[in-house]
Amino acid sequence: MIKAENKWKYKRLLKNVAFAAICLVVAACCLFPFYWAVVSSFRDGANIFSTDLWPTHLSFENYKTVFRDKTFLCSFWNSAAVATMTAFLTLTVCLSAAYPLARHKFPGRKRVLMIALGVTTLPQVAVLSGMFELIRVLDIYNEKAALVLSYMIITVPFTLWTMTNFMKSIPKEIEEAAIMDGASQRVILTKVFLPILGPAIVTTGLLAFIAAWNEFLFALTFTLTNQARTVPVSLALFSGASQHEVPYGLIMAASVLVTLPLVMLVVIFQRRIISGLTAGSVKG
Amino acid sequence: MKNVVCLKEEGMQSQNGGKLIEMPGGFGRFRSEKKRRNLSNWLFLAPCLFALALCAGWPLLKTIYFSFTDAALDSLNDFQFIGIDNFVNLARDQDWWIAVKNTLVITVVAVPLETIFGMIIALILHKNFKGRGWMRAIVLIPWTIPTIVSARMWLWMLNDVYGIVNELLIRVGIIDSPIPWIASNTLSVVSIILVDVWKTTPYMALLLLAGLQSLPQDCFEAAEVDSIPFRKIFMKIILPLMKPTIIVAMIFRILDTFKIFDLVYILSSGNSATATMSVFARKHLVDYADVGFGSAAATALLFFIAFLSIFYISFNRKKLNKLS
Repeated sequence: MIKAENKWKYKRLLKNVAFAAICLVVAACCLFPFYWAVVSSFRDGANIFSTDLWPTHLSFENYKTVFRDKTFLCSFWNSAAVATMTAFLTLTVCLSAAYPLARHKFPGRKRVLMIALGVTTLPQVAVLSGMFELIRVLDIYNEKAALVLSYMIITVPFTLWTMTNFMKSIPKEIEEAAIMDGASQRVILTKVFLPILGPAIVTTGLLAFIAAWNEFLFALTFTLTNQARTVPVSLALFSGASQHEVPYGLIMAASVLVTLPLVMLVVIFQRRIISGLTAGSVKG
Repeated sequence: MKNVVCLKEEGMQSQNGGKLIEMPGGFGRFRSEKKRRNLSNWLFLAPCLFALALCAGWPLLKTIYFSFTDAALDSLNDFQFIGIDNFVNLARDQDWWIAVKNTLVITVVAVPLETIFGMIIALILHKNFKGRGWMRAIVLIPWTIPTIVSARMWLWMLNDVYGIVNELLIRVGIIDSPIPWIASNTLSVVSIILVDVWKTTPYMALLLLAGLQSLPQDCFEAAEVDSIPFRKIFMKIILPLMKPTIIVAMIFRILDTFKIFDLVYILSSGNSATATMSVFARKHLVDYADVGFGSAAATALLFFIAFLSIFYISFNRKKLNKLS
């Protein structure tokens, strides 16, 4: 009897250890590249070629150089501005559109959702030349507006689906009460639904922000000068005098700086981000 | 549920709506609340539809249109129709077929790997254990890091002389001499797949986790109480129930991998032997300024995607019906 219990306990312990080991391996695989970038970014000069796994040098030289680099700071600001504007515009447009899609039944409703779903599958390259022409016509080439406009194709369909899902979950009694009080549709959306949707707005806004912050193809094509570039583009074009003189230390420092805000956002909002990511896609 | 609201409103309408009905001409059109409501629905939708038309509809049509012309980047207003010449040239272009092959290889290898690893991570995250929140945040990190940054990080790690990957492999004794991860064409594709799997597995895991959470949880517990080995629970219960979710998630990822651009752009740096369809199209469109030919390549990619999208959308129809 006691023996059997011991055996069971032993087995359970073994199971737990195995589970912990798998967790550790997964965590190590996920984190190592970022860890290595951080370690490398603190190694200046020839120390960068050290293959010690532990941080043996602690020099801020790379970071100092990056902060002195006006081009990089400029692109950091561009990225922040473009991503914020994209998130704001996307949310405004999609909040308004999600309201009838989530709360009312009308002919053409399904078609709108279908079109949005279709747009999410569009390859960016397929709109590249048309977008280029549009940007030329609007005369916004090499400006932030060009990027905001083109990013809408990425953020709007996804946000529309997610927002429709979130808005659908608001109990109908709230809407009915507002109607009984004589509230118009606009008032219902802005005064009743908007406060309830606070968390959903944070989630979808954050996802749109991240998507815009990370976008590369449009940013590469629709900007020309250093002053207009976003972070991914300036990182991609960051190179030394020759192929053998790539300043890896600097690149790693810049990479860490670019990623840190995002990693912090994800650690803080992980629960929300996960709910947003799955609400907009294939659940059920 | 909506009917309740409608009934109430129609009731209110009938009390004072008499005048409206008698009104002649245009105003009579608005006499029914339903029609007025319909109009306001479309007014709410208008900004979004306008944005979609402006940034997706118009450029898409224009790209397809350009693919039948000889437009160049610096003369976008001055071009001639050349029929399907671009497509004929595309079919004859060796590099294009290499790009198609690379895209297919990357997709066929990367997506199943992502599904397997994603499933493992989803199962871990589904379990209730101490530190689950941390684990979730950690797993999300590769997804958060901008693609360009991860490409740059891996480029450094895979560096053939100073890279840590070669160093570790040599230290462990798996290889004797450094492997040229990026310089060799075949290995370069392998590296692209490796980084893509690393980067997108978290997203796959989340999709599958959502599927796991929507399964009836009591059947796991019952199986656990009966001390059925986990392998059996997984094969007999979880996998069959998860099949629709897995299929949709895989199609979703296949569609995404078909468009792969950023990673390849950095890791293969302009080498046409390791290019993908998106990279090929952009190279001709922007670098060679051949808008007509580049648009033709983009349109060809679009056809591949459209074909796959039909599957994707028909799988999502179930969900759409739930939404309505």
